[in-house]
Amino acid sequence: MHEMSLAESVLQIIEDASRTQQFRRVRTVVLEIGALAAVEPEAMRFAFDAVVRGTLADGALLELIEIPGQGRCTACGMRVALQEQYGLCPECGSPRIEIVAGKQMRVKDLVVE
Amino acid sequence: MCTTCGCGSHKVLIEGKRVSRHAVPGALSYRAHATPAKADIALAPPANVGQTRRIQVERDLLARNDALAADNRTIFSARHVLALNLVSSPGSGKTTLLVRTIEAIKGKADVAVIEGDQQTSNDAERIRATGVQAIQINTGKGCHLDAQMVGHALEQLSLPEHALLFIENVGNLVCPAAFDLGEAAKVVVLSVTEGEDKPLKYPDMFRAAHLMLLNKCDLLPHLTFDVAQVMANAKRVNPDIEIIQLSATSGAGMDDWLAWIERERARCEKPLSTA
Repeated sequence: MHEMSLAESVLQIIEDASRTQQFRRVRTVVLEIGALAAVEPEAMRFAFDAVVRGTLADGALLELIEIPGQGRCTACGMRVALQEQYGLCPECGSPRIEIVAGKQMRVKDLVVE
Repeated sequence: MCTTCGCGSHKVLIEGKRVSRHAVPGALSYRAHATPAKADIALAPPANVGQTRRIQVERDLLARNDALAADNRTIFSARHVLALNLVSSPGSGKTTLLVRTIEAIKGKADVAVIEGDQQTSNDAERIRATGVQAIQINTGKGCHLDAQMVGHALEQLSLPEHALLFIENVGNLVCPAAFDLGEAAKVVVLSVTEGEDKPLKYPDMFRAAHLMLLNKCDLLPHLTFDVAQVMANAKRVNPDIEIIQLSATSGAGMDDWLAWIERERARCEKPLSTA
């Protein structure tokens, strides 16, 4: 259940931003989650709601944007769409696929007042 | 809760105590806490109440952990310490393996251990019985160690130069994969009493690991476990993973593991500029 720690990181990022950007309430949190990041959206929503209770983000809407997994074959350079963290290059058959997108977990932006 | 780094927000205990102080005289200083408080930063004028606006943040959730892990890594490289992060399912035999490894290395190198478990200090006590330093972190409800917990544990360890530090993570093949602790390598322990498809079921962990130790190999004659299959599965997920078959109980394969540690320790002796 590392979604709980991740939700705490989200809250910390919000609290840091509230100090530098001067806001009191958060209405919406836009979170980019890679398809290969091993994060369950439902667990993330549950953890987020629990973690922000009683804070400046209490009741905020959590918008999750899924970023598709993408890899690059280190042997032939082919771009490969990835559903999971490993695979064979459809062009040359190499198993050495470097993940270039789909692992990220980031707070993109906030709607605040 | 600590306002410097947020520590104390969970019920994390180090050696049975809540972490409340950062500077322990004479101990390693945890650089992350030396950064000045951000109160001096000029604040933007307050926005009008009731008006909503969208602000760009663009911050990674793991950025903080990664920064603290980088601090730990700086401590390790400055002291030429090899830090290994041992990860596995519960019951794979990590602690027994560690005890046997320490018995073989003790006297040739300084060894220290950071033990991570949700509850109890049983593992740290087993390690201390071998005569080496061990610090127990209890994560409470947490399912993994993070860089901050390890940083605090480091404050309590006296870590000599050229030492070998084992960090035994919480038994869990999912969450510890994402949290860098500042280690030189993750070592995943898989026992032959588990399934051959574990690397495919938990690819994050097997991708993150440099080395897989296939433990409890003394039990193979009694099992239908397919060693070739598990090795193929691990290589499918991570073509560069190294694999050593061993048994902490019988001692078979331990020499290969000890030689691997020696090779990695030699790398830590290189000048910092190449790190």
